[in-house]
Amino acid sequence: MAEKYLMKGNEALAEAAIRAGIDGYFGYPITPQSEVLEYFSKWLPRKGIAYVQAESEVSAINMVYGAGACGKRIMTTTSSPGFSLMQEGVSYIACAQIPCVLVNVQRGGPGLGTIQPSQGDYFQATKGGGHGDYRLIVLTPNSVQEQADMVYKAFDLSEKYLNPVLILSDGALGQMMETVEFRDDYKKPAFDATWASNGGVAKRGKPVQITSLFIEPERMEAKNNELQAKYKLIEENEVDYELYHMEDAELGFIAYGLSSRIAKKAVDLAREQGLKIGLIRPKTVWPFPAKIIKEYSKKVKAYMSIEMSVGQMIEDVKLAVECKIPVEHYGKTGGIVLSTDEIIAKAKKMIGK
Amino acid sequence: MSETITKDGQEFEVVWKKPNLQKKDMHYCPGCAHGTLEKLIQEVIDEKGIQDRVIGVAPVGCAVFAYDYINCDMQEAAHGRACALATGIARVLPDKAVFTIQGDGDLASIGLAETLHACNRGENIAIFFYNNAIYGMTGGQMAPTTLPGQVTASSPDGRDCKLSGMPLKVADIVKEFDGTCYVTRQAANNAVNVRKLKKAIEKAIDNSLNKRGTSFVELVGNCPSGWKMTPVDSYKWWEENMLKFYPLGDLKTEGGIK
Repeated sequence: MAEKYLMKGNEALAEAAIRAGIDGYFGYPITPQSEVLEYFSKWLPRKGIAYVQAESEVSAINMVYGAGACGKRIMTTTSSPGFSLMQEGVSYIACAQIPCVLVNVQRGGPGLGTIQPSQGDYFQATKGGGHGDYRLIVLTPNSVQEQADMVYKAFDLSEKYLNPVLILSDGALGQMMETVEFRDDYKKPAFDATWASNGGVAKRGKPVQITSLFIEPERMEAKNNELQAKYKLIEENEVDYELYHMEDAELGFIAYGLSSRIAKKAVDLAREQGLKIGLIRPKTVWPFPAKIIKEYSKKVKAYMSIEMSVGQMIEDVKLAVECKIPVEHYGKTGGIVLSTDEIIAKAKKMIGK
Repeated sequence: MSETITKDGQEFEVVWKKPNLQKKDMHYCPGCAHGTLEKLIQEVIDEKGIQDRVIGVAPVGCAVFAYDYINCDMQEAAHGRACALATGIARVLPDKAVFTIQGDGDLASIGLAETLHACNRGENIAIFFYNNAIYGMTGGQMAPTTLPGQVTASSPDGRDCKLSGMPLKVADIVKEFDGTCYVTRQAANNAVNVRKLKKAIEKAIDNSLNKRGTSFVELVGNCPSGWKMTPVDSYKWWEENMLKFYPLGDLKTEGGIK
């Protein structure tokens, strides 16, 4: 770790991508994500790195597909309506197993919605927003520092598994300013790109075909089996979470991203009042930390899923606890900030105090 | 630099060699010119000796399996997005020639935005546009390029231009952009035109390799199956209707953003 910078989350993300060795960025302006594009528009051309402000999110994701399939480190960033537009391309990329990093700086929806922060795209991020049986690895930062740190991790994971990785952020994390340090120990892991379409037929002895088309049923099924085997491996190896005061908790909060910061504060305030509450914070929402949530379900009386949505992650929490303990939701939409008072009031009701 | 082979103790000059296409039977319908286009692209790759310097993009449409035939690295795009993929490739591998093969549904309808913007940016790519005025792959529906009055599966009474607009002449649009360096309309209905088409492909690939801007080569083609005609009848209709509406020749031979 070196110097400290005061930066917006969006800028920190872009700077981290440059330091992680990005080879190309393709994006389209949309609030509250535009600072990422603006940052890249300044720095990438100066460094001789590919940068295109695309004509649409549809084009941007397909430029990512083309460039990523050349075995390069490629990124796009957008916000909710833009990510919806990208879903077709994301499905193709997932099937063709192209490594790349996608970022959704979420805003409120549905529809044109609001430019305020939201976590309403959880289903889209974790259940496959596009068509077919595919998964994204989904990382959920909760600070400007993590907005930077998770970029390195996202690139590494995408290359390790040849899978698109989504950083699921939100408008508040993108816009807020905090201090951030960029790691100076980062080394790009070795990456075998012989699968990539980068010319080199002579060396390989055959041309590369990047495709997501498998007309014969047996080949399509074989491809799906291959993908599922990879997803299983990811579920076994890449679950990431943080535990906060869970050791003696009677009630467990479950929250990711911006909500987890408010939930953490609520834990502190509740503990001042003598309430034994803890927090499980998923740092990956796919793969989902179901195992640890199940484990603690034997110790806590109930879970509260805290989300800036009407309740989406709560479904995964319920699946994890297999209906053995009550799971309730607390959330707000429209960009209205979650209230620690309301969280604590609800918590008291849930544990009968 | 003529190549020779020895047979029965006698030396012969090689005047023609089978193109180095992949060993796979083409799926194209009898009489369709798609196979000619792909064979010519392969011939150009072979003759220039640039198999390692070319990356192609296949569309959704009849050329979807182009990567099974053309012997170079290729990517298969989503419907209409070939020019976006090609942009991505050309930007991160600027020393390669990048080409797309696209039909009129792909390029002129669902992918018109990608096509126009790639041309306007002057991406160093070669776009090979197979315009046969119909959706071939899906069974012969009306395309943006379908001729006035032309009967298709989705214009059973003939294209009504009051309802569907006039056929889109994409080459005429993209020739206006500074980004394009070469815009031409060719056909493959006879040997003379096939040779001209090959020259056009050569020039387009050369432009891409030398970063001169976007080349747009429209092949005014036929579609016996989609037009519901025999190959012979389709050639007649091709010459009498298609080539009249889409006149052949170079629309632009110089350009590119300086």
